[in-house]
Amino acid sequence: MSGDAQRTADWTKGEEAIVYQSCAACGSRQYFRRSFCAACGAPDPEDKRASGEGVVYAASLVVRAATAEARAHAPYNIVLIDAAEGFRMMAHGDNDLKIGDRVRAQYRRFTDRLVPYFTRTTP
Amino acid sequence: MSFITGVGLTSFGRHEGSSTLDLMSRAAELAIADAGMKRGEIDGVLCGYSTVQPHIMLATVFAEHFGIKPAYAHAVQVGGATGLAMTMLAHTIVDAGLVRHVLVVSGENRLTGQSRDAAIQALAQVGHPDTEVPLGPTIPAYYGLVASRYMHEYGVSEEDLAEFAVLMRDNAADHPGAQFRERITVADVMNSKPVALPLKLLDCCPVSDGGAAFVVSREATSGVGVRVRGCAQAHTHQHVTMIPKFDAMGAAMSLQRARAACGIEIGDVRYAGIYDSFTITLAMLLEELSLAGRGEAAARVRSGHFGRDGAMPLNTHGGLLSYGHCGVGGAMAHLVETHLQMTGRAGNRQVRDASLALLHGDGGVLSSHVSMFLERVR
Repeated sequence: MSGDAQRTADWTKGEEAIVYQSCAACGSRQYFRRSFCAACGAPDPEDKRASGEGVVYAASLVVRAATAEARAHAPYNIVLIDAAEGFRMMAHGDNDLKIGDRVRAQYRRFTDRLVPYFTRTTP
Repeated sequence: MSFITGVGLTSFGRHEGSSTLDLMSRAAELAIADAGMKRGEIDGVLCGYSTVQPHIMLATVFAEHFGIKPAYAHAVQVGGATGLAMTMLAHTIVDAGLVRHVLVVSGENRLTGQSRDAAIQALAQVGHPDTEVPLGPTIPAYYGLVASRYMHEYGVSEEDLAEFAVLMRDNAADHPGAQFRERITVADVMNSKPVALPLKLLDCCPVSDGGAAFVVSREATSGVGVRVRGCAQAHTHQHVTMIPKFDAMGAAMSLQRARAACGIEIGDVRYAGIYDSFTITLAMLLEELSLAGRGEAAARVRSGHFGRDGAMPLNTHGGLLSYGHCGVGGAMAHLVETHLQMTGRAGNRQVRDASLALLHGDGGVLSSHVSMFLERVR
Protein backbone atom coordinates (compact mmCIF):
# COMPACT_ATOMS: atom_id res chain seq x y z
CA MET A 1 0.00 0.00 0.00
CA SER A 2 1.44 3.34 -0.94
CA GLY A 3 -1.35 5.69 0.02
CA ASP A 4 -0.05 8.75 1.84
CA ALA A 5 -1.17 7.43 5.26
CA GLN A 6 0.78 4.15 4.94
CA ARG A 7 3.85 5.52 3.15
CA THR A 8 7.27 4.78 4.54
CA ALA A 9 8.62 7.89 6.25
CA ASP A 10 11.59 9.59 4.59
CA TRP A 11 13.43 12.92 4.77
CA THR A 12 10.38 14.78 3.46
CA LYS A 13 8.66 13.62 6.69
CA GLY A 14 11.65 14.34 8.92
CA GLU A 15 13.14 10.79 8.92
CA GLU A 16 16.79 10.19 8.01
CA ALA A 17 15.97 8.10 4.95
CA ILE A 18 15.59 8.31 1.18
CA VAL A 19 12.67 6.26 -0.10
CA TYR A 20 11.80 5.40 -3.69
CA GLN A 21 9.19 3.17 -5.29
CA SER A 22 9.71 0.05 -7.35
CA CYS A 23 7.11 -1.44 -9.70
CA ALA A 24 6.63 -5.21 -9.44
CA ALA A 25 4.97 -5.31 -12.89
CA CYS A 26 7.55 -3.54 -15.06
CA GLY A 27 10.57 -3.03 -12.81
CA SER A 28 10.56 0.81 -13.11
CA ARG A 29 11.76 2.89 -10.20
CA GLN A 30 10.32 6.28 -9.34
CA TYR A 31 11.25 8.90 -6.77
CA PHE A 32 8.12 11.08 -6.83
CA ARG A 33 5.54 9.08 -4.90
CA ARG A 34 2.33 7.95 -6.46
CA SER A 35 -0.20 5.17 -5.83
CA PHE A 36 0.66 3.76 -9.27
CA CYS A 37 3.67 3.24 -11.53
CA ALA A 38 4.05 6.24 -13.86
CA ALA A 39 5.76 4.04 -16.49
CA CYS A 40 3.14 1.28 -16.85
CA GLY A 41 0.19 2.34 -14.70
CA ALA A 42 0.26 -0.74 -12.44
CA PRO A 43 -1.07 -0.01 -8.93
CA ASP A 44 0.81 -0.04 -5.63
CA PRO A 45 4.53 0.25 -6.40
CA GLU A 46 6.57 -0.92 -3.42
CA ASP A 47 8.29 1.58 -1.12
CA LYS A 48 12.00 0.84 -0.80
CA ARG A 49 14.70 2.48 1.25
CA ALA A 50 17.65 3.66 -0.83
CA SER A 51 21.27 2.97 0.14
CA GLY A 52 22.14 6.68 -0.08
CA GLU A 53 24.93 5.93 -2.59
CA GLY A 54 25.02 7.78 -5.87
CA VAL A 55 26.81 9.91 -8.46
CA VAL A 56 26.53 13.68 -8.99
CA TYR A 57 24.58 14.40 -12.20
CA ALA A 58 24.44 18.22 -11.90
CA ALA A 59 25.22 20.94 -9.36
CA SER A 60 24.36 24.61 -8.83
CA LEU A 61 25.72 26.66 -5.94
CA VAL A 62 22.93 28.98 -4.76
CA VAL A 63 24.43 32.28 -3.65
CA ARG A 64 21.26 34.40 -3.99
CA ALA A 65 18.52 32.71 -1.93
CA ALA A 66 14.91 33.85 -2.04
CA THR A 67 13.99 33.87 1.64
CA ALA A 68 15.60 35.19 4.81
CA GLU A 69 15.64 31.67 6.30
CA ALA A 70 17.42 30.20 3.28
CA ARG A 71 19.79 33.19 3.09
CA ALA A 72 21.23 32.22 6.48
CA HIS A 73 22.54 29.01 4.83
CA ALA A 74 23.87 30.58 1.61
CA PRO A 75 25.86 29.65 -0.29
CA TYR A 76 24.45 26.12 -0.48
CA ASN A 77 24.91 23.58 -3.23
CA ILE A 78 21.80 22.18 -4.91
CA VAL A 79 22.66 18.87 -6.60
CA LEU A 80 20.93 16.26 -8.71
CA ILE A 81 22.08 12.78 -7.69
CA ASP A 82 21.76 9.63 -9.77
CA ALA A 83 21.08 7.13 -7.00
CA ALA A 84 22.63 3.66 -7.13
CA GLU A 85 19.12 2.18 -7.28
CA GLY A 86 18.38 3.89 -10.62
CA PHE A 87 16.36 7.02 -9.81
CA ARG A 88 17.36 10.69 -9.73
CA MET A 89 16.81 13.07 -6.81
CA MET A 90 17.51 16.65 -5.78
CA ALA A 91 19.50 17.25 -2.59
CA HIS A 92 22.16 19.39 -0.98
CA GLY A 93 25.86 18.57 -1.05
CA ASP A 94 29.35 19.82 -0.32
CA ASN A 95 30.03 23.10 -2.12
CA ASP A 96 32.94 21.63 -4.10
CA LEU A 97 31.12 18.57 -5.50
CA LYS A 98 31.77 17.97 -9.20
CA ILE A 99 29.71 16.16 -11.82
CA GLY A 100 30.63 12.48 -11.76
CA ASP A 101 31.73 12.43 -8.10
CA ARG A 102 30.68 9.33 -6.14
CA VAL A 103 28.75 10.46 -3.10
CA ARG A 104 26.91 9.19 -0.03
CA ALA A 105 23.97 10.73 1.81
CA GLN A 106 24.07 12.32 5.23
CA TYR A 107 21.38 14.55 6.71
CA ARG A 108 21.51 18.18 7.81
CA ARG A 109 19.17 20.91 8.96
CA PHE A 110 18.18 23.49 6.35
CA THR A 111 15.78 26.23 7.46
CA ASP A 112 13.35 24.27 9.65
CA ARG A 113 13.76 21.01 7.71
CA LEU A 114 15.87 17.90 7.57
CA VAL A 115 17.43 17.55 4.10
CA PRO A 116 19.65 14.95 2.43
CA TYR A 117 23.23 16.19 2.13
CA PHE A 118 25.75 14.36 -0.04
CA THR A 119 29.49 14.16 0.51
CA ARG A 120 32.21 12.64 -1.69
CA THR A 121 33.20 9.02 -0.99
CA THR A 122 36.22 8.93 -3.35
CA PRO A 123 39.17 11.30 -2.88
CA MET B 1 -5.34 30.08 -42.07
CA SER B 2 -4.58 32.91 -39.65
CA PHE B 3 -2.65 36.16 -39.63
CA ILE B 4 -1.07 38.31 -36.94
CA THR B 5 -2.81 41.56 -37.87
CA GLY B 6 -1.64 43.87 -35.10
CA VAL B 7 0.92 44.02 -32.31
CA GLY B 8 1.36 46.11 -29.19
CA LEU B 9 4.18 46.32 -26.68
CA THR B 10 4.81 48.65 -23.75
CA SER B 11 8.27 49.51 -22.56
CA PHE B 12 9.56 47.06 -19.95
CA GLY B 13 11.07 48.08 -16.63
CA ARG B 14 9.39 50.08 -13.90
CA HIS B 15 5.77 51.12 -14.38
CA GLU B 16 5.23 52.45 -10.88
CA GLY B 17 1.52 52.54 -10.01
CA SER B 18 0.37 50.45 -13.00
CA SER B 19 -1.62 47.30 -12.24
CA THR B 20 -1.72 44.08 -14.23
CA LEU B 21 -4.99 45.22 -15.85
CA ASP B 22 -3.50 48.64 -16.67
CA LEU B 23 -0.55 47.07 -18.48
CA MET B 24 -2.78 44.55 -20.28
CA SER B 25 -5.12 47.34 -21.38
CA ARG B 26 -2.29 49.53 -22.65
CA ALA B 27 -0.81 46.71 -24.74
CA ALA B 28 -4.27 45.68 -26.01
CA GLU B 29 -5.05 49.23 -27.16
CA LEU B 30 -1.78 49.39 -29.05
CA ALA B 31 -2.37 46.04 -30.76
CA ILE B 32 -5.95 46.80 -31.76
CA ALA B 33 -4.96 50.22 -33.13
CA ASP B 34 -2.07 48.60 -35.00
CA ALA B 35 -4.54 46.18 -36.62
CA GLY B 36 -6.65 49.17 -37.65
CA MET B 37 -9.63 47.89 -35.67
CA LYS B 38 -12.04 49.06 -33.03
CA ARG B 39 -12.13 47.10 -29.80
CA GLY B 40 -15.71 45.98 -30.46
CA GLU B 41 -14.48 43.94 -33.43
CA ILE B 42 -12.54 41.64 -31.08
CA ASP B 43 -14.64 38.52 -30.55
CA GLY B 44 -12.09 36.30 -28.82
CA VAL B 45 -9.75 36.94 -25.86
CA LEU B 46 -6.88 34.78 -24.68
CA CYS B 47 -4.76 36.00 -21.80
CA GLY B 48 -1.95 34.69 -19.65
CA TYR B 49 -1.67 34.76 -15.88
CA SER B 50 -0.30 37.29 -13.42
CA THR B 51 1.64 36.21 -10.34
CA VAL B 52 0.86 39.60 -8.79
CA GLN B 53 -2.87 39.36 -9.46
CA PRO B 54 -3.80 35.66 -9.45
CA HIS B 55 -7.39 35.07 -10.55
CA ILE B 56 -9.35 32.01 -11.63
CA MET B 57 -10.98 33.97 -14.51
CA LEU B 58 -8.47 36.57 -15.64
CA ALA B 59 -9.72 36.69 -19.25
CA THR B 60 -13.23 37.79 -18.25
CA VAL B 61 -11.87 40.10 -15.57
CA PHE B 62 -9.88 41.75 -18.35
CA ALA B 63 -12.74 41.73 -20.90
CA GLU B 64 -15.06 43.47 -18.43
CA HIS B 65 -12.36 45.98 -17.49
CA PHE B 66 -11.53 46.65 -21.15
CA GLY B 67 -15.19 46.95 -22.09
CA ILE B 68 -15.70 44.08 -24.51
CA LYS B 69 -18.04 41.07 -24.58
CA PRO B 70 -16.18 38.35 -26.50
CA ALA B 71 -17.74 35.16 -27.86
CA TYR B 72 -14.74 33.18 -26.63
CA ALA B 73 -12.43 33.94 -23.68
CA HIS B 74 -10.18 32.21 -21.17
CA ALA B 75 -6.69 32.26 -19.69
CA VAL B 76 -3.85 29.94 -20.60
CA GLN B 77 -1.01 28.80 -18.34
CA VAL B 78 2.14 27.19 -19.70
CA GLY B 79 4.76 29.28 -17.92
CA GLY B 80 7.17 30.92 -20.34
CA ALA B 81 5.60 29.07 -23.26
CA THR B 82 2.20 30.70 -22.62
CA GLY B 83 2.52 33.47 -25.22
CA LEU B 84 3.18 31.12 -28.10
CA ALA B 85 0.71 28.53 -26.76
CA MET B 86 -1.98 31.26 -26.83
CA THR B 87 -0.95 32.20 -30.36
CA MET B 88 -1.21 28.58 -31.43
CA LEU B 89 -4.67 28.33 -29.88
CA ALA B 90 -5.75 31.66 -31.43
CA HIS B 91 -4.57 30.35 -34.80
CA THR B 92 -6.53 27.14 -34.28
CA ILE B 93 -9.85 28.70 -33.25
CA VAL B 94 -9.64 31.37 -35.96
CA ASP B 95 -8.80 28.72 -38.53
CA ALA B 96 -11.73 26.60 -37.30
CA GLY B 97 -14.09 29.53 -37.85
CA LEU B 98 -15.07 29.95 -34.18
CA VAL B 99 -14.08 33.62 -34.08
CA ARG B 100 -12.72 36.28 -36.45
CA HIS B 101 -10.33 38.34 -34.33
CA VAL B 102 -8.64 37.01 -31.20
CA LEU B 103 -6.90 39.42 -28.85
CA VAL B 104 -3.93 37.67 -27.23
CA VAL B 105 -2.88 39.78 -24.28
CA SER B 106 -0.73 39.71 -21.19
CA GLY B 107 0.81 42.16 -18.75
CA GLU B 108 2.11 42.19 -15.24
CA ASN B 109 3.56 44.67 -12.75
CA ARG B 110 5.91 41.91 -11.64
CA LEU B 111 8.69 44.31 -10.63
CA THR B 112 6.89 47.03 -8.69
CA GLY B 113 3.86 45.01 -7.60
CA GLN B 114 5.82 42.84 -5.15
CA SER B 115 9.23 42.50 -3.54
CA ARG B 116 12.03 40.83 -5.50
CA ASP B 117 12.11 38.06 -2.88
CA ALA B 118 8.40 37.46 -3.41
CA ALA B 119 8.88 37.30 -7.19
CA ILE B 120 11.75 34.83 -6.92
CA GLN B 121 9.89 32.73 -4.38
CA ALA B 122 6.63 32.65 -6.34
CA LEU B 123 8.46 31.34 -9.39
CA ALA B 124 10.49 28.75 -7.44
CA GLN B 125 7.17 27.08 -6.59
CA VAL B 126 7.18 25.44 -10.05
CA GLY B 127 9.50 22.97 -8.27
CA HIS B 128 8.18 19.75 -6.77
CA PRO B 129 6.46 20.69 -3.49
CA ASP B 130 7.73 17.67 -1.49
CA THR B 131 11.11 16.82 -2.96
CA GLU B 132 12.49 20.05 -4.48
CA VAL B 133 11.00 23.23 -2.96
CA PRO B 134 12.02 22.34 0.66
CA LEU B 135 15.66 22.37 -0.50
CA GLY B 136 15.50 26.09 -1.23
CA PRO B 137 16.14 26.09 -4.96
CA THR B 138 15.37 29.14 -7.12
CA ILE B 139 14.53 29.33 -10.83
CA PRO B 140 18.16 30.30 -11.54
CA ALA B 141 19.20 27.17 -9.59
CA TYR B 142 16.96 24.92 -11.71
CA TYR B 143 18.59 26.37 -14.82
CA GLY B 144 21.99 26.40 -13.10
CA LEU B 145 21.67 22.63 -12.70
CA VAL B 146 20.84 22.21 -16.36
CA ALA B 147 23.69 24.55 -17.31
CA SER B 148 26.24 22.60 -15.26
CA ARG B 149 25.33 19.38 -17.01
CA TYR B 150 25.06 20.87 -20.49
CA MET B 151 28.47 22.56 -20.12
CA HIS B 152 29.94 19.28 -18.88
CA GLU B 153 28.57 17.23 -21.80
CA TYR B 154 29.25 19.65 -24.65
CA GLY B 155 32.34 21.56 -23.48
CA VAL B 156 30.56 24.90 -23.14
CA SER B 157 32.29 27.50 -20.90
CA GLU B 158 30.92 30.33 -18.76
CA GLU B 159 32.53 32.76 -21.20
CA ASP B 160 30.57 31.06 -24.00
CA LEU B 161 27.30 31.66 -22.15
CA ALA B 162 28.28 35.28 -21.48
CA GLU B 163 28.31 35.93 -25.26
CA PHE B 164 24.51 35.63 -25.33
CA ALA B 165 24.06 38.25 -22.62
CA VAL B 166 26.35 40.61 -24.55
CA LEU B 167 24.46 40.04 -27.81
CA MET B 168 21.05 40.62 -26.23
CA ARG B 169 22.34 43.84 -24.62
CA ASP B 170 23.78 45.03 -27.95
CA ASN B 171 20.34 44.49 -29.48
CA ALA B 172 18.50 46.22 -26.63
CA ALA B 173 20.78 49.26 -26.92
CA ASP B 174 18.81 50.23 -30.04
CA HIS B 175 15.33 49.76 -28.57
CA PRO B 176 14.00 52.68 -26.52
CA GLY B 177 11.58 50.37 -24.66
CA ALA B 178 14.23 48.00 -23.31
CA GLN B 179 14.83 47.78 -19.56
CA PHE B 180 18.64 47.58 -19.90
CA ARG B 181 20.38 49.40 -22.76
CA GLU B 182 23.92 50.01 -21.53
CA ARG B 183 26.34 47.81 -23.45
CA ILE B 184 28.22 45.11 -21.54
CA THR B 185 31.23 42.87 -22.19
CA VAL B 186 31.95 39.22 -21.54
CA ALA B 187 34.12 40.40 -18.62
CA ASP B 188 31.16 42.31 -17.16
CA VAL B 189 29.08 39.12 -17.25
CA MET B 190 31.90 37.07 -15.71
CA ASN B 191 32.36 39.65 -12.94
CA SER B 192 28.67 40.07 -12.18
CA LYS B 193 27.35 38.78 -8.85
CA PRO B 194 26.98 35.01 -8.54
CA VAL B 195 23.31 33.98 -8.37
CA ALA B 196 23.16 30.20 -8.85
CA LEU B 197 26.45 29.07 -10.33
CA PRO B 198 27.42 28.71 -13.08
CA LEU B 199 24.81 31.47 -13.64
CA LYS B 200 25.66 35.01 -12.59
CA LEU B 201 23.46 38.09 -12.48
CA LEU B 202 23.98 39.04 -16.12
CA ASP B 203 23.22 35.46 -17.22
CA CYS B 204 19.70 35.96 -15.81
CA CYS B 205 16.79 37.94 -17.20
CA PRO B 206 15.52 40.75 -14.99
CA VAL B 207 12.10 41.01 -13.33
CA SER B 208 10.04 43.67 -15.15
CA ASP B 209 6.74 45.45 -15.42
CA GLY B 210 5.25 45.46 -18.90
CA GLY B 211 2.58 44.31 -21.28
CA ALA B 212 2.30 42.81 -24.76
CA ALA B 213 -0.60 41.95 -27.05
CA PHE B 214 -1.46 40.96 -30.58
CA VAL B 215 -4.49 40.35 -32.73
CA VAL B 216 -4.84 37.07 -34.60
CA SER B 217 -7.34 37.24 -37.48
CA ARG B 218 -8.75 35.05 -40.21
CA GLU B 219 -7.71 37.47 -42.95
CA ALA B 220 -4.86 39.91 -43.36
CA THR B 221 -6.01 43.48 -42.69
CA SER B 222 -3.16 45.27 -44.45
CA GLY B 223 -0.99 44.88 -47.56
CA VAL B 224 1.72 42.88 -45.81
CA GLY B 225 0.31 39.83 -44.08
CA VAL B 226 2.11 37.86 -41.40
CA ARG B 227 0.72 34.38 -41.56
CA VAL B 228 1.02 31.56 -39.02
CA ARG B 229 2.45 28.82 -41.22
CA GLY B 230 2.72 26.01 -38.71
CA CYS B 231 3.08 25.38 -34.99
CA ALA B 232 3.39 22.51 -32.55
CA GLN B 233 4.14 21.68 -28.93
CA ALA B 234 5.97 19.13 -26.81
CA HIS B 235 5.74 18.50 -23.07
CA THR B 236 8.25 16.04 -21.67
CA HIS B 237 8.22 16.63 -17.89
CA GLN B 238 7.58 19.35 -15.31
CA HIS B 239 10.34 19.19 -12.69
CA VAL B 240 14.06 19.50 -13.29
CA THR B 241 14.57 16.21 -11.42
CA MET B 242 12.68 14.53 -14.28
CA ILE B 243 14.42 16.32 -17.16
CA PRO B 244 15.10 13.91 -20.03
CA LYS B 245 18.49 13.23 -21.58
CA PHE B 246 19.70 16.06 -23.80
CA ASP B 247 19.11 13.98 -26.94
CA ALA B 248 15.41 13.57 -26.06
CA MET B 249 14.41 17.11 -25.09
CA GLY B 250 11.12 18.74 -26.00
CA ALA B 251 12.42 21.64 -28.11
CA ALA B 252 13.63 19.44 -30.94
CA MET B 253 10.41 17.43 -30.68
CA SER B 254 8.09 20.43 -31.01
CA LEU B 255 10.20 21.85 -33.85
CA GLN B 256 10.01 18.53 -35.69
CA ARG B 257 6.22 18.49 -35.31
CA ALA B 258 5.90 22.10 -36.51
CA ARG B 259 8.09 21.35 -39.52
CA ALA B 260 6.03 18.28 -40.33
CA ALA B 261 2.87 20.42 -40.14
CA CYS B 262 4.04 22.91 -42.78
CA GLY B 263 7.01 21.42 -44.60
CA ILE B 264 9.44 24.24 -43.76
CA GLU B 265 13.17 23.50 -43.56
CA ILE B 266 15.37 25.17 -40.96
CA GLY B 267 17.51 26.43 -43.85
CA ASP B 268 14.55 28.54 -45.05
CA VAL B 269 14.34 30.49 -41.78
CA ARG B 270 15.60 34.11 -41.96
CA TYR B 271 14.86 35.44 -38.46
CA ALA B 272 14.63 33.81 -35.02
CA GLY B 273 12.74 34.80 -31.87
CA ILE B 274 13.93 32.37 -29.21
CA TYR B 275 13.13 32.21 -25.49
CA ASP B 276 16.08 33.45 -23.45
CA SER B 277 15.25 33.46 -19.74
CA PHE B 278 18.91 32.68 -19.05
CA THR B 279 21.96 32.57 -21.28
CA ILE B 280 21.94 28.76 -20.99
CA THR B 281 18.31 28.65 -22.15
CA LEU B 282 19.16 30.52 -25.34
CA ALA B 283 22.33 28.51 -26.00
CA MET B 284 20.55 25.19 -25.51
CA LEU B 285 17.46 26.12 -27.51
CA LEU B 286 19.49 27.40 -30.48
CA GLU B 287 21.32 24.07 -30.53
CA GLU B 288 18.15 22.03 -29.94
CA LEU B 289 16.46 23.85 -32.81
CA SER B 290 19.37 23.12 -35.20
CA LEU B 291 20.25 26.81 -35.51
CA ALA B 292 23.73 25.77 -34.31
CA GLY B 293 25.53 22.47 -33.76
CA ARG B 294 25.91 21.06 -30.24
CA GLY B 295 28.24 23.27 -28.23
CA GLU B 296 28.67 25.64 -31.19
CA ALA B 297 26.10 28.38 -30.59
CA ALA B 298 28.54 30.68 -28.77
CA ALA B 299 31.04 30.45 -31.63
CA ARG B 300 28.24 31.54 -33.95
CA VAL B 301 27.54 34.55 -31.74
CA ARG B 302 31.23 35.49 -31.88
CA SER B 303 31.28 35.19 -35.68
CA GLY B 304 28.30 37.54 -36.00
CA HIS B 305 25.95 34.84 -37.32
CA PHE B 306 23.17 35.86 -34.89
CA GLY B 307 23.82 39.60 -35.18
CA ARG B 308 21.45 42.05 -36.85
CA ASP B 309 23.48 41.90 -40.07
CA GLY B 310 24.23 38.19 -39.74
CA ALA B 311 22.63 35.20 -41.44
CA MET B 312 20.20 34.57 -38.55
CA PRO B 313 19.25 37.74 -36.67
CA LEU B 314 17.96 36.85 -33.22
CA ASN B 315 15.75 38.68 -30.68
CA THR B 316 16.64 42.09 -32.13
CA HIS B 317 14.69 43.85 -29.35
CA GLY B 318 17.06 42.46 -26.70
CA GLY B 319 15.10 39.41 -25.58
CA LEU B 320 14.15 38.59 -22.03
CA LEU B 321 17.76 39.12 -21.00
CA SER B 322 17.77 42.84 -21.81
CA TYR B 323 14.36 44.02 -23.07
CA GLY B 324 13.05 42.42 -19.91
CA HIS B 325 10.74 39.74 -18.53
CA CYS B 326 7.31 40.66 -17.15
CA GLY B 327 6.01 37.08 -17.14
CA VAL B 328 3.81 35.96 -20.02
CA GLY B 329 4.27 39.27 -21.85
CA GLY B 330 8.04 38.74 -21.81
CA ALA B 331 8.13 36.11 -24.51
CA MET B 332 5.28 37.82 -26.38
CA ALA B 333 7.71 40.68 -27.00
CA HIS B 334 9.69 38.27 -29.20
CA LEU B 335 6.64 37.89 -31.45
CA VAL B 336 5.94 41.62 -31.48
CA GLU B 337 9.53 42.32 -32.58
CA THR B 338 9.33 39.54 -35.18
CA HIS B 339 6.17 41.13 -36.58
CA LEU B 340 7.85 44.55 -36.80
CA GLN B 341 10.79 42.97 -38.62
CA MET B 342 8.55 41.05 -41.02
CA THR B 343 6.53 44.13 -41.88
CA GLY B 344 9.59 46.37 -42.29
CA ARG B 345 8.78 48.55 -39.28
CA ALA B 346 11.75 47.83 -37.02
CA GLY B 347 13.42 51.19 -37.74
CA ASN B 348 17.09 51.29 -36.81
CA ARG B 349 16.88 47.59 -35.87
CA GLN B 350 15.51 46.49 -39.25
CA VAL B 351 17.15 43.38 -40.68
CA ARG B 352 17.58 42.72 -44.41
CA ASP B 353 15.20 39.82 -44.76
CA ALA B 354 12.72 38.56 -42.18
CA SER B 355 10.39 36.87 -44.67
CA LEU B 356 10.25 33.62 -42.69
CA ALA B 357 10.67 33.46 -38.93
CA LEU B 358 10.98 30.73 -36.32
CA LEU B 359 9.67 31.45 -32.83
CA HIS B 360 10.20 29.16 -29.86
CA GLY B 361 8.98 29.35 -26.27
CA ASP B 362 9.91 27.28 -23.23
CA GLY B 363 8.01 26.92 -19.97
CA GLY B 364 9.08 25.39 -16.65
CA VAL B 365 12.61 24.00 -16.81
CA LEU B 366 12.69 23.23 -20.55
CA SER B 367 9.47 21.34 -19.75
CA SER B 368 6.89 22.79 -22.15
CA HIS B 369 7.75 23.86 -25.68
CA VAL B 370 5.96 25.65 -28.51
CA SER B 371 7.56 26.14 -31.93
CA MET B 372 6.00 28.38 -34.57
CA PHE B 373 6.79 29.46 -38.12
CA LEU B 374 5.57 32.85 -39.33
CA GLU B 375 5.64 33.75 -43.01
CA ARG B 376 5.29 37.11 -44.74
CA VAL B 377 2.74 37.16 -47.55
CA ARG B 378 2.00 40.12 -49.80
